[in-house]
Amino acid sequence: METELRIGVFVCHCGINIAGVLDIEDLCEYAGTLPNVVTVQPNLFTCAETGTSGIKNAVKEHDLNRVVVAACTPRTHEPIFRASCQEAGINPYFFEMVNIREHCSWVHRHDREAAQGKARDLIRMAVARAMFLEPIETFKSKVEPRALVIGAGIAGMSSALALAGEGFDVTLLEKKAEMGGLLRDLHKVAPSEVGAGELVEQKVAAIKQEGRIQCFTSATLEEVSGYVGNYSATFSSNGNTHTHKVGAIIVATGGAPLKPMGLYNYDGKRVITQSELETKLKSGKLDAKSIVMIQCVGARIPERNYCSRICCMVAIKNSLHIKEIAKDAKVFVLYRDIQAYGVENEALFLKAKEAGVRFIRYNLESPPVVGDGNVEIYHPAMGKEVPLPAELVVLSTPIVAHDDAESVSRILKVPVNEYRFFLEAHAKLSPLDFATNGIYLCGNAHYPATVREAISQALGAASRASIILSHDAIERVGTVARVDQELCSSCFACVKVCPYQVPHMDEGGKAMIEPMQCQGCGICVAECPAEAIQFGYVSDAQIMAACEALCA
Amino acid sequence: MNNFEPLIAVFSCHYCSYAAADLAGSSRIQYPPNIRVIKIPCTGRVSVNHILKALECGADGVYVAGCLEGTCHFISGNFKAKQRVQYAKNLLSEINMEPERVQMYFMSAAEGAKFANVAKEMTETIRELGPSPLGQNKSE
Repeated sequence: METELRIGVFVCHCGINIAGVLDIEDLCEYAGTLPNVVTVQPNLFTCAETGTSGIKNAVKEHDLNRVVVAACTPRTHEPIFRASCQEAGINPYFFEMVNIREHCSWVHRHDREAAQGKARDLIRMAVARAMFLEPIETFKSKVEPRALVIGAGIAGMSSALALAGEGFDVTLLEKKAEMGGLLRDLHKVAPSEVGAGELVEQKVAAIKQEGRIQCFTSATLEEVSGYVGNYSATFSSNGNTHTHKVGAIIVATGGAPLKPMGLYNYDGKRVITQSELETKLKSGKLDAKSIVMIQCVGARIPERNYCSRICCMVAIKNSLHIKEIAKDAKVFVLYRDIQAYGVENEALFLKAKEAGVRFIRYNLESPPVVGDGNVEIYHPAMGKEVPLPAELVVLSTPIVAHDDAESVSRILKVPVNEYRFFLEAHAKLSPLDFATNGIYLCGNAHYPATVREAISQALGAASRASIILSHDAIERVGTVARVDQELCSSCFACVKVCPYQVPHMDEGGKAMIEPMQCQGCGICVAECPAEAIQFGYVSDAQIMAACEALCA
Repeated sequence: MNNFEPLIAVFSCHYCSYAAADLAGSSRIQYPPNIRVIKIPCTGRVSVNHILKALECGADGVYVAGCLEGTCHFISGNFKAKQRVQYAKNLLSEINMEPERVQMYFMSAAEGAKFANVAKEMTETIRELGPSPLGQNKSE
């Protein structure tokens, strides 16, 4: 049953990149002496057509079952050579690559002798490792062409509509009795001056017309199981429990402005928040003639040290609206730093100053004091405390995560940060993805966002989700860990160590790893004391073989 | 002894330190030719056994190079690796071997210069410690 190992080694000149430092002829000769190596071929450029067809021909001619290429970095070129192996009829994972360019010829140019020795060592280690390579197959899993969108604020509604527009069914969950989220209470959206209410009504009407979107209000997510393409979500809505099969999930649970209890004499009447001010502006019930706004209330302080990003612009927008209603109204904005990023925001900031809104800076060490009918502030230009008239005090409070963010995080097994905002897989490389495949995020759930940003993110998340949903099945390479249940001693080590919480105990009390969910890091493999977890992609035997070949 | 060239095994993760090594290469940053990289998907894949095996097979030093703390591609693999490296160091101490022969380093994929510096630093450290007492490795 054991077939004889027949290894082919291909050594690349890479023009003069490798051959300018290393003696390729010597490396080829050396590789030929290694066990199980049946052919060695130099190439001017192994990645060129002549090189790859050379590999394919050699596989056939010499009946090779393992291929080793000594060339550049596998991070760019491994897929090319794996494909050559596959085309030649051997498993693409019967391939090992040695980096004698980035890791050798380019970095040891001035010590050719040592570089030559190192290149020999690296080739020897790769050949040793190649003997223990295992075939890896791909497998397929069906995709449910439906998305679950959690939260029907502006972000969630935008995502749902985008997905429906692409032809996918959507289950939209809203925990409140009505869709709309934060925008329901707001006045106008800057800088477009679109009424927040109108925007919400438009989206709600579109969703109600869209036959592909099923919206559930007063809904609570209860349980989610499965994996990318094949999640099963259980939720309750108005007393009924439903379970939907979905292929992808978008988290758009939003956030809420902090209620500044106990701060600056907040009472919701004479001292209110920006969102309460917007409700007044919307209903036309604002009659105060002197208004003092205080920025960074409960934000950028030791216990909540993030900037909520949007509150400066909200204050600038609202002060302009006040000035529009009553030109003679006195509006003061007490700030620590102004965030008016971008062309339009900067223009609004200038417009506010021109309209007579006064901006006064304060330090965290000497915050304003809210008195009866006035606010005392240390004026840095005057060098003393000045009282500002204040019939109304408006506190700019940060967006904070909802209390239920943690439970959603637990149910979906996706992380939140210390302030319970959801944490993306990578801030720059995958800003809308969770580390768990098939789950995406957008809007305030991630971090305070403007309406425009929330919509952009929502469309982005919908697009990310549609990449999954548009396939009938997902193909996955089996570079995953598998439990040999015979060896499993049910110690839970893998369950505890997996960063993705994939391993679990099955009914028989033995560990189980769902291949579609496994991310292929191998952390559990190294942790398992019974060595019951197999990882053909990077097996212990391969690593040990490379170690054993460290010395000739 | 003055001519002692240490042999150092490096367990390098695909996402960060291996990429940093590639960057050191494409930036032509020169470093001592004493290290031998063994590529692994994540430093969390490296077990204490692998570290000990490398020492047993003739490495004078071993280091595990992973992503920066908090930026592991697999979330927490590098923290796990750090613990295991510490465990291996403790084992070495117990048998009166210098724990400095085993180290953990963190670097981002953009830190080619750091990869080179670490290779240099480790080579110097091990050169100073001298050949591994397990070292039946050197043919001379």
